[in-house]
Amino acid sequence: MAVEAAGRPRKTGGASPIQSLLWRRPWLRISLLLLPPLGWFVLIYLASLALLLVTAFWQINSFTTQIEQVWNLDNFRIILLDPTYRLIIGRTIAMAAAVTVTDALIAFPFAYYMARVASRRTQTLLFAAVLLPLWASYIARVYSWILILNHSGVLNWSLQSIGLPPANIGYTYVAMWIVFSYIWLPFMIIPTYAAMERVPESLMEAAADLGARRARAVRDVVLPLALPGVVAGSIFTFSLTLGDYITPILVGGAGSTFIGNVVYSNVGIANNVPFAAALATVPVAIMALYLIGAKRLGAFEAL
Amino acid sequence: MRPPALRLDGVRKSYGHVLAVAGVDLTVEVGEFFTLLGPSGSGKTTLLRLIAGFESPDAGRIELAGHDVTSTPPHLRQTNTVFQDYALFPHMTVGENIGYGLRVKGIAKAERRERVERALNMVRLSGLERRKPNQLSGGQRQRVALARAVVNEPEVLLLDEPLGALDLKLRQEMQLELKRIQKKVGITFVYVTHDQEEALTMSDRMAVLSNGKIEQVGPPDEVYERPATEFVAGFIGISNVLERDGVRFVIRPEKLRMLEEGQEAQRGMNVEPGTVEQVVYVGMSTRYIVRLDRGDQLVAVRQNMDAPGQALRYEGRRVRLAWVPGHTYVLDHQRARSDAAAGD
Repeated sequence: MAVEAAGRPRKTGGASPIQSLLWRRPWLRISLLLLPPLGWFVLIYLASLALLLVTAFWQINSFTTQIEQVWNLDNFRIILLDPTYRLIIGRTIAMAAAVTVTDALIAFPFAYYMARVASRRTQTLLFAAVLLPLWASYIARVYSWILILNHSGVLNWSLQSIGLPPANIGYTYVAMWIVFSYIWLPFMIIPTYAAMERVPESLMEAAADLGARRARAVRDVVLPLALPGVVAGSIFTFSLTLGDYITPILVGGAGSTFIGNVVYSNVGIANNVPFAAALATVPVAIMALYLIGAKRLGAFEAL
Repeated sequence: MRPPALRLDGVRKSYGHVLAVAGVDLTVEVGEFFTLLGPSGSGKTTLLRLIAGFESPDAGRIELAGHDVTSTPPHLRQTNTVFQDYALFPHMTVGENIGYGLRVKGIAKAERRERVERALNMVRLSGLERRKPNQLSGGQRQRVALARAVVNEPEVLLLDEPLGALDLKLRQEMQLELKRIQKKVGITFVYVTHDQEEALTMSDRMAVLSNGKIEQVGPPDEVYERPATEFVAGFIGISNVLERDGVRFVIRPEKLRMLEEGQEAQRGMNVEPGTVEQVVYVGMSTRYIVRLDRGDQLVAVRQNMDAPGQALRYEGRRVRLAWVPGHTYVLDHQRARSDAAAGD
């Protein structure tokens, strides 16, 4: 004991002043740790969002197309009053809602099977099947649907070969709805699956024990308990559809302009950045409202 | 004559190569408080799940109130279960949880409300029907789980170690409470536990299980006083097993008298000398672990009636242990030997 004590510095009281300071002030330690990511977040993300908001209240000189820093509400007035923009916003929201509902309806039974019925092996396979498409490029996946849906595509060819009339759904809303639903489906399945897996089997047994057949138990127990997961997934499907502008270009018809397309053309072609900024606040505002609703439904606990 | 509430006939269940229930025959009469007692892995919970219908047996027959339910799914069986983890529905209120079984059976709202109210009263939780399970204490949740099962008035109520998660004091309270409720509603209880004291306190009859087999069935006093096998003797209470003149027998610690020098044994008692190896103070009583001169180790128990601190001074002392031969219980020779052989 004595030899050991002599050979080593004593343990007590050996902390440096900085160590002591950090140990006694945990908030300081956490602040230091979070400073780099937080700084990045504030500077790059929030600042650009603030800049977007500020720009939305400016205008451009119609002759020079230079931005004039004159504060006014003209951009918002046009967006809210011009029927064209109201139609575009309404169309975008309706599509986002349709895609979300479709994905929820497909994902629920799929996630149920994955989480509660499938064997471990099948589960892994299904997981790979769900995630694999995400590794392929977005554009490639959309193009593959063009090959399926367009006039001489796989769909019409198949229909014709069994003697049915062609379904000309290429370049329509239906095509957009199918493609969006397909592309965002994994984002709905994963959170729904996660929420469902957390429902203890004993609750299902309890429901059966109390006289509920399987379907009833799913409705009364799994559905309400997995709902936050579905809502969490809907945040993805809804916001991703809301902000998309590529799929409308590639598979949409002539009158399928989305908010994103208008923003894009105003930044690129018209060079009216203030108007683009004003229009871009619309999906941001919609998502803010959506998230408040989602929080009420407990979606954030399910993520 | 009414058929028994529950009858098991040659029930077997295995998982892969593991035999969980190895041929069980059992009859539980109507209104009985019947306990399945055994260590973990003895198959008692599997047996309960077989009765509830969550598992189906590989062989054998299960009858509820005279009806063969071996192939009946759980939602059609006249049983209800109090789960070990309670399995309360977290998104439903206490009232909705208790009323769920009645709702599923399509019982009208007015009657449902009345029965839920009565069940809440019975478990002394009136006024809490609007709470969610996560706003309740462990003991309260336990009561809700019980009310949720009892309210359906099942043929047999199955309880899977329902008090396991509660602290000692609450557990003892709930033991009495459960017994009170069982007497009041008159429902047959099949109660699974690994706690021998719980089994002895509450049961009308009990079955001791080991390795998926029933070792002994009987009322608590019979199982305690006259264990059929060495396993039962060892599992229920502290058992001292001695072999004298080729006979193996059990002496319960409280039946042993510990004599100091100068004290005389009563007439007709067997007396053997030994040394106190260890003294274990357990509050109400003290255990003395005595090594007999013939080599066996026995445990004797004495109430702490002397002055405080007196018990510990016995350590290392020479004593004599005395017992009345009539208070011992001879183990079944055949059974004891085959057990010993199986143990090797």
